[in-house]
Amino acid sequence: MGENRRFRWTLSFLLLLGLTLLLSLWNLRAGSVSLTLPEVAQTLLQGQRDTTAGHILWDIRLPRLLSALLLGGALSVAGFLLQTFFANPIAGPFVLGISAGAKLAVALVLLATLGRGIALGSAGLILAAFAGAMAAMGVILLLSGRVRSMSLLVVCGVMIGYLCSAVTELVVTFADDSNLVNLHNWSMGSFSGLSWANVGTICAFVFPALVCALMLSKPMGAYQMGEGYAVSVGLDLRRFRFALIGLSSLLSACVTAFAGPISFVGIAVPQLMKSLFGTARPLILLPACFLGGGAFCLLCDLLARTLFAPTELSISTVTAVFGAPVVVWMLLRRQERRRGA
Amino acid sequence: MKEVILEARSLAVGYGTRRVLEKLNFCVYRGELLSLIGPNGAGKSTLLRTLARQLPPVGGAVLLEGRELGGIPAPALARRLSVLLTQRVEPERMSAAEVVSTGRYPYTGRLGILSGRDWDKVEEAMALLHLEDLAFKPFVQLSDGQRQRVMVARALCQEPELLILDEPTSYLDIRHKLELLNLLRTLAREQGLAVVLSLHELDLAQRASDRVLCLREGRAERWGSPEAVLTGAYLRQLYELPEGSCDPLLGIFELRPGTGAPRCFVIGGGGRGIPVYRRLARLGIPFAAGVLHENDLDLPVARALAAEVVTQRAWEPIGAAELARARAILEGCELLICCLSEFGSMNLGNQQLLDWAGGRLRRCGAAELLNGEMETITGL
Repeated sequence: MGENRRFRWTLSFLLLLGLTLLLSLWNLRAGSVSLTLPEVAQTLLQGQRDTTAGHILWDIRLPRLLSALLLGGALSVAGFLLQTFFANPIAGPFVLGISAGAKLAVALVLLATLGRGIALGSAGLILAAFAGAMAAMGVILLLSGRVRSMSLLVVCGVMIGYLCSAVTELVVTFADDSNLVNLHNWSMGSFSGLSWANVGTICAFVFPALVCALMLSKPMGAYQMGEGYAVSVGLDLRRFRFALIGLSSLLSACVTAFAGPISFVGIAVPQLMKSLFGTARPLILLPACFLGGGAFCLLCDLLARTLFAPTELSISTVTAVFGAPVVVWMLLRRQERRRGA
Repeated sequence: MKEVILEARSLAVGYGTRRVLEKLNFCVYRGELLSLIGPNGAGKSTLLRTLARQLPPVGGAVLLEGRELGGIPAPALARRLSVLLTQRVEPERMSAAEVVSTGRYPYTGRLGILSGRDWDKVEEAMALLHLEDLAFKPFVQLSDGQRQRVMVARALCQEPELLILDEPTSYLDIRHKLELLNLLRTLAREQGLAVVLSLHELDLAQRASDRVLCLREGRAERWGSPEAVLTGAYLRQLYELPEGSCDPLLGIFELRPGTGAPRCFVIGGGGRGIPVYRRLARLGIPFAAGVLHENDLDLPVARALAAEVVTQRAWEPIGAAELARARAILEGCELLICCLSEFGSMNLGNQQLLDWAGGRLRRCGAAELLNGEMETITGL
């Protein structure tokens, strides 16, 4: 409908793609060892791995870049799914306590294993984070049976987040300091230190989940009209909710497991994409959020790495600085739009 | 014989174990409009939601084309039945046309992309509700009445055989109410669409419905044609209206008048008295009305509002007995208001009354009274 909108959507996608490409190149170039564009191109195209530049690019910057891209995209998609489900613009993995649940589980597992002298690999960490995220989501789902109002449910999620954080603090306070370096690093949120194997695992989770989310775009569109109308056009509410929650938990658990809790990407990016594309139609917004989230995280990671180099900032520090104002601005804009301004 | 599309068999509706309505037995026929009427809280919305399978029945069964409603697969049901709910929707960044297009859900493919035919249906439905100019406006910026029409268009473009509308006329102005009911009648007649709707406007229900179902105190009190069911006496009972002050079918809903002995006497007739009665009632001034023939247009309102009414049988000249009664009332009044400028042969009694009162109390015409400040003119 309307050639204008098609044009706008195409243009927006092209813009996002261009932005992603630009930020990718910049990310490859910039860092403690600055490389020139021809160097980057030569190293990548010729597959030189044994030079210093090759080592930096192939083993450090490229996997980090791909993880930021994939995880940022996954986080925004999870945010968009949760916002649709809760019909609330501030719903997201971080707000709903899913990230905090993952963090608590990781803390508990780390303490339990390190105390006994067992070294836990990244697979163990990921599993723990995954279990924690799913447990937090499970509590929210249990509550959703009792709490009718969606905004109240979001408040419950926030409280669960605080509770998990408090328990984590408690556990950390009484733990041996040396055990916690690992946990501390992880819980600050960072894309650093991710390997090609990690990238492979991330792909194995994120892409199938994304395809499933796209398959859900039709019922999601119906659900945006409210439960009553969604059911009246033939939506199987129970199955739909199950699928939506499962997917968003899976995506946010995956992100939290690999990169730690990252705030604001899940809220800010879907809002930005809705503004950019001028629609909330899931079929358009799902890929848009994926691309946009990737680009957003590339930018934030670039800043986290280079702003105060050689000191590296935690990724949440940067996402919050950019994300929080965006969220406030969006909420104000939204209110004005409702009033017909 | 008309074909039954929906049937309720000893149906009970409600929430959980709480029964709002029970022992419901009625049918909806193809090409007919069934209106649910009843006071607030009677269970109209609960029943409609049950008929639309938004709520499971608490007891009994609903059959759609002879099949139990609960057993029909959701996509198949969505192609036969569409709804208008009272719940408010706040879809984000959707134009009116996009909201209408969500009605095409049962007909689109896996990804929900609308075909040219689907958009044709959307346009058709929007045209039926005169929404062409609003098509690209953001839904959340529309007025309540415009939103209501968009939601009706959404229900229509779902191409239902049975349409369930919960208070479709709410928020609509009088012109759009009439247009909507005309449209539903046309669709019922030409396409055999069956419609179940709840209506608060009894006068409209009487004109538009083929059948009405009256709900009160947990059951269906009556089910039948509006001519048989909707009598003034029954409606007063259904809505527990005070005797006399209301006749829903004539559209008479009078506010409570002033009480006490009449302070002025109004000579009315032929509809001229009604505005004066209402003005006096609004100001809380008790009055008497007379002498009215029993077939006079003024009489129902006079009965509802006047402290006393003097009447004469239809087509009979006003006689001595009526005049004597009127004079007795006039003795206690401070003002005579005459709404008539000429008197026919059957109505000469009123002229005599006017002449008789001439020397005894103040007189005033209806026109000067209604155009001026009534308080200063009447001195009441």
